[in-house]
Amino acid sequence: MSQLKYALFTGCTAKQSTPELLSSTLAVAKKLDIEIIILEEASCCGASHLQDFDEFLAHVLNARNICYAEKLGLTMITICNTCQLNSAMTKHALDKDPELKARVNEKLAEVGLEYKGTSEIKHFLYALIHDFGLDKIKDSVKVPLSQFNIAPFYGCHNIRPSELHEGSNNYENSYVPTSLDELISALEGNPVDYDHKNKCCGFHVELQANHTSEVLAGNAMVDAIDNNADLMVTPCPLCHLKMDTYQDSVGKVIGRDIELPVLHMPQMVALALGCTEAEIGLKFHVQKATQVFTEATS
Amino acid sequence: MNDTRKVTIKAFRFNAETDYLPYYKSYEMEVGKDELVLDLMNRIKWEHDGSFSYRRSCRHGICGACAIKVNGKATLACKQNAIELLDLFNNEITLEPQSKKRAVKDMIIDKSDFWEKHAAVKPYIVADIEPHPEHETKQSIAEFNNFLDSDLCIQCGACHYSCPALEANEDYFGPAAFVAAYRFTVDTRDTAGLERLEITAEAGQGVWDCVKCFECAEACPKEINPIEKITKLHNLQFEKKVAKSNVATRHAEGFVRSIRKHGFLDEADIVVYSEGYLGMYKHLKTAMDMMKAGKIHWQDGVPFIDNMPKIKNLDEVQKLIEISMTNKL
Repeated sequence: MSQLKYALFTGCTAKQSTPELLSSTLAVAKKLDIEIIILEEASCCGASHLQDFDEFLAHVLNARNICYAEKLGLTMITICNTCQLNSAMTKHALDKDPELKARVNEKLAEVGLEYKGTSEIKHFLYALIHDFGLDKIKDSVKVPLSQFNIAPFYGCHNIRPSELHEGSNNYENSYVPTSLDELISALEGNPVDYDHKNKCCGFHVELQANHTSEVLAGNAMVDAIDNNADLMVTPCPLCHLKMDTYQDSVGKVIGRDIELPVLHMPQMVALALGCTEAEIGLKFHVQKATQVFTEATS
Repeated sequence: MNDTRKVTIKAFRFNAETDYLPYYKSYEMEVGKDELVLDLMNRIKWEHDGSFSYRRSCRHGICGACAIKVNGKATLACKQNAIELLDLFNNEITLEPQSKKRAVKDMIIDKSDFWEKHAAVKPYIVADIEPHPEHETKQSIAEFNNFLDSDLCIQCGACHYSCPALEANEDYFGPAAFVAAYRFTVDTRDTAGLERLEITAEAGQGVWDCVKCFECAEACPKEINPIEKITKLHNLQFEKKVAKSNVATRHAEGFVRSIRKHGFLDEADIVVYSEGYLGMYKHLKTAMDMMKAGKIHWQDGVPFIDNMPKIKNLDEVQKLIEISMTNKL
């Protein structure tokens, strides 16, 4: 098989509050000999909030991002569920509506760009599983995660709405998602089965409906803990921010002590592939997680 | 070829008049390839236990009465093939009411919260009509298409009872009410659009409490995509100048401010801008925790200090914002 090569849309969080997401993603790609070109021109996807303010502008900006992947002739990979959702929503809208595509291209022409619709958009989770292959990941494991019960937390925007994602996530069923569970198993960890694995973390209403946000995050974390999770893992840095950063306040709202290290999906893979402590970047977590590296490697 | 499959179906049983707690009972049956979930419920009632209770009426996806949940998945019983669900859930399925906490008898729930919220958005055309009109009220195909799919709503409650925001906040109107609000607001015959936009802009009950989980889009048996209508209501609030400056609207509009400056969202600035400096007290502990972990730095969000990364070709983004943005706060 020829070497896999992708255009990486980092999103905003990986460049700011979750540097560990970017470093672990690049470390995993290097270990697996996947070539990554970072789309340094790509802007914010709007995170579903710009879309609430001005949906057309959000389409224009997302189409511009995709143009840069098209110029390279590469599939665009994302490392954030919400980046995946919003990029894919723009692609879907433009590909099925020639009139909208023409209106967007009229704007893009002003900066010398044209959206064609030639690049696929795929989350890194699915690129690893479906393009690289679970078996090959399994063969590359240096540090088996067999001592950990790991709760997969899928995050809404990789699995819903399913008809938007079915081409890029290989028809993952939003009610019975399996990809993260299978990835955990491939790394020899023990996937935790719990009801809230495909539910919402509440991140998007953190400011305007804080109580709702805390309750949703709490329900998921407590469910994972009650099913004996040692760790939680998520492919979405926004779920990560909610689950990792707010454990204290979430615990107060729902009346439980919550102490659950939450890993980004690429951090978990990096750990199992034997990447360095600096690359995995567990020190950047609010809920102490550095012990996970020590426990896994000792 | 064996045309039927022998399975054990579990069902939620509860009678609010006599039971203190609900319980589950199992029923063995043969399921054929063309049978619907409604057929399974009929069989429980007709062949196992005549007291098993559920709503049913039209049997072809129009009345919305037979909506239940199967393994947590919103299901319109008369539309959903049973074998498909058995395949999806590895032959283990549990029939439950749409909302267990609202259960009255088995699958039957008290749906009054749904109807109250639906009614609150004025789900009808408000217009002064001549008693003896001399001509029809015409609409173009495009005007009609604006609300055509929203008009397919059968008020089954599948989206409403799948919405996690509603689970956490009982004031929230929920996706079905918003679909109705959108449907009548964009109808050219209607005159109560601004009022509906104001009702659905209200914090707590309105669209700003949507958590963006897309459960409603997944749940709807008529493929209406309620969250798409919620986004349209958000946009309409700005278009029609109904949006007032508050934490939620500034949070949406603040993305433009960040993207114009950096291409990226400025994570610290969006919080300061949305909340206002006085509102920042709520976030001090989080900010300290994040600073300690090295996630944010002391300069972040401080005016006149710009330590944000910038995208390449930022000027393109600035130009595109200038020529494409249509809404204002």
